[in-house]
Amino acid sequence: MKRWLIAAIVLLLGRRPRAAALRRERMVPPGPPDRGAELAVLALLLAATVCGAAFPVVYAVDSIPNQTQFLGLSLGLCLAFLAAASILIAKRLVVTEELEEDYPPPEHPTEQEALGQLVDESGDRFTRRRLIVVGAGAAGTALGVALLTPAASLGPAFHMDPFFRTPWRRGRLLVDEDGHPLLADDVEEETFYTAFPQGADREQLGAPLVVVRLPPAQLDLPSGRRDWAPRGILAYSKICTHAGCAIALYRKPTFPPTEPRPALVCPCHYSTFDPARGGDVIFGPAGRPLPQLPLLVDGSGRLRAAGNFSGAVGPSWWGVRNRSPYA
Amino acid sequence: MRHVLLLAAIGLALPSLALADPPPGGIVHVSVPAGTSLREYGYQLYGGNCVMCHGSGVRGVYRPAASDELGPRLRGVGSLAADFYLRTGYMPVRSAHVQPRRSRVLFSDREIRALVAYVASLGPGPAIPQPHPGRGTVAEGLTLFTRHCAGCHQINAEGGYVTGAVAPPLGDSSAVEITEAIRVGPYLMPRFSKRQLSDGEIDSIIRYVQHTKDPEDRGGWSIGHVGPVPEGIVTWLIAMVVLVAICAVIGRRHEA
Repeated sequence: MKRWLIAAIVLLLGRRPRAAALRRERMVPPGPPDRGAELAVLALLLAATVCGAAFPVVYAVDSIPNQTQFLGLSLGLCLAFLAAASILIAKRLVVTEELEEDYPPPEHPTEQEALGQLVDESGDRFTRRRLIVVGAGAAGTALGVALLTPAASLGPAFHMDPFFRTPWRRGRLLVDEDGHPLLADDVEEETFYTAFPQGADREQLGAPLVVVRLPPAQLDLPSGRRDWAPRGILAYSKICTHAGCAIALYRKPTFPPTEPRPALVCPCHYSTFDPARGGDVIFGPAGRPLPQLPLLVDGSGRLRAAGNFSGAVGPSWWGVRNRSPYA
Repeated sequence: MRHVLLLAAIGLALPSLALADPPPGGIVHVSVPAGTSLREYGYQLYGGNCVMCHGSGVRGVYRPAASDELGPRLRGVGSLAADFYLRTGYMPVRSAHVQPRRSRVLFSDREIRALVAYVASLGPGPAIPQPHPGRGTVAEGLTLFTRHCAGCHQINAEGGYVTGAVAPPLGDSSAVEITEAIRVGPYLMPRFSKRQLSDGEIDSIIRYVQHTKDPEDRGGWSIGHVGPVPEGIVTWLIAMVVLVAICAVIGRRHEA
């Protein structure tokens, strides 16, 4: 790998200049060289390259603290260094002179060409033009890669597993935030609880649940889910099927005849799900129901999962909607 | 029985008045002879102002047809709920089909105490809580508020929305009102039992809510405490000035 890299650099930078015979004769002597400015430009381009290249690295390594700030810093510095290099080139390396001459008649192509060459060479003060071009190319490439990197966030491309693999399986105990088992008798109506699988990673997309209790007579679950809500206790994935926010809101009527029906609401874009009807969407941008987890009450009154979710957990991407989760 | 008949008579006599000038314009202030018990005074006020929707309180909703149901029965709600709804001005509500909102309290303090005493006498229920915010800690309050309240009321307690209702800002809420609201769960808000939030934890939540009224703005500008969008706009405005300044420095005026 290292040898290949060195070979590539040598090929890129060490190519011999083109044969002198192909070069045109100079008409204007080159401007006085400014080695210091050229070196500074190269240093700035190198710094821009490093900063641009740092962006995808910071993006990929999740363990970096304050990742967002470092992402902004790397991209911002890359642009700042590029800007500084451009300013330096314009101020110190491009010859600026204003000449007023009559425009020559257009019928002499040779003269036209000569004029073009004249204009080209007038601005020439570079002694290492190739190196500067390579430096600018490297900085530009790094910036381009940095700008394209966030496209990886448009959808899951590499880790599709969390969308389908959940820690829930038949018999898995529901525990609260403090790790205590959730007892069926403790779950009251008109309020909501957050539950997790016992002994599993809570950060997994499929781990957190929102648990509510409704009068069994009010339930209208899809066929096939008749025994999924023992004593009217219902469990749904806490992750919204729209953009993956946590379902942190539960609305319940104090006086049902005049007030809206109970619903689980996502605070991000107000997707509203009906817990009594299997998590159906009754409002908002979510495109599919909230996945329901079947429950059972064991001999000592503790709540356990009776299987896996009714659908894939988490936000909806291409192809995620219709696949089933696995344990 | 005598009470029910009396209430029925008042209920029949009042609709013309109530419909012509509904609450909050139509509060009925009753005068009672000196020496009347607080509960009896409350009973008379209840008959004048509450019975149309809440019924006799003992029998549940007064109106017979289900479609006319206007308010929940108050038996067993205790003085806690009555105190909350009356002190916040939630009751009397202008229409039974809108969300009760914080508004001017139309009853005097003595009238509220009388009504609370009457509602409490309808059946055993929770008493008015006595929170001690001094015992709570802001840090624990922030954690609990984030977990249980911020979804609707926003992290800075400035209120927000759920589908179908408004979560009110908490800036005007007293410590007792916050405790009562957590236990009652008014309108669409869930209620929280002592098992979910102990009295000590509520003390911390109140401490945090009081803290949000006068937050430390370490960054200097609060910019309305409304989050990253206005902060971003302000940053842009500053950045624009800086960018224009840089352009002026590196550019050169065209000399004709």
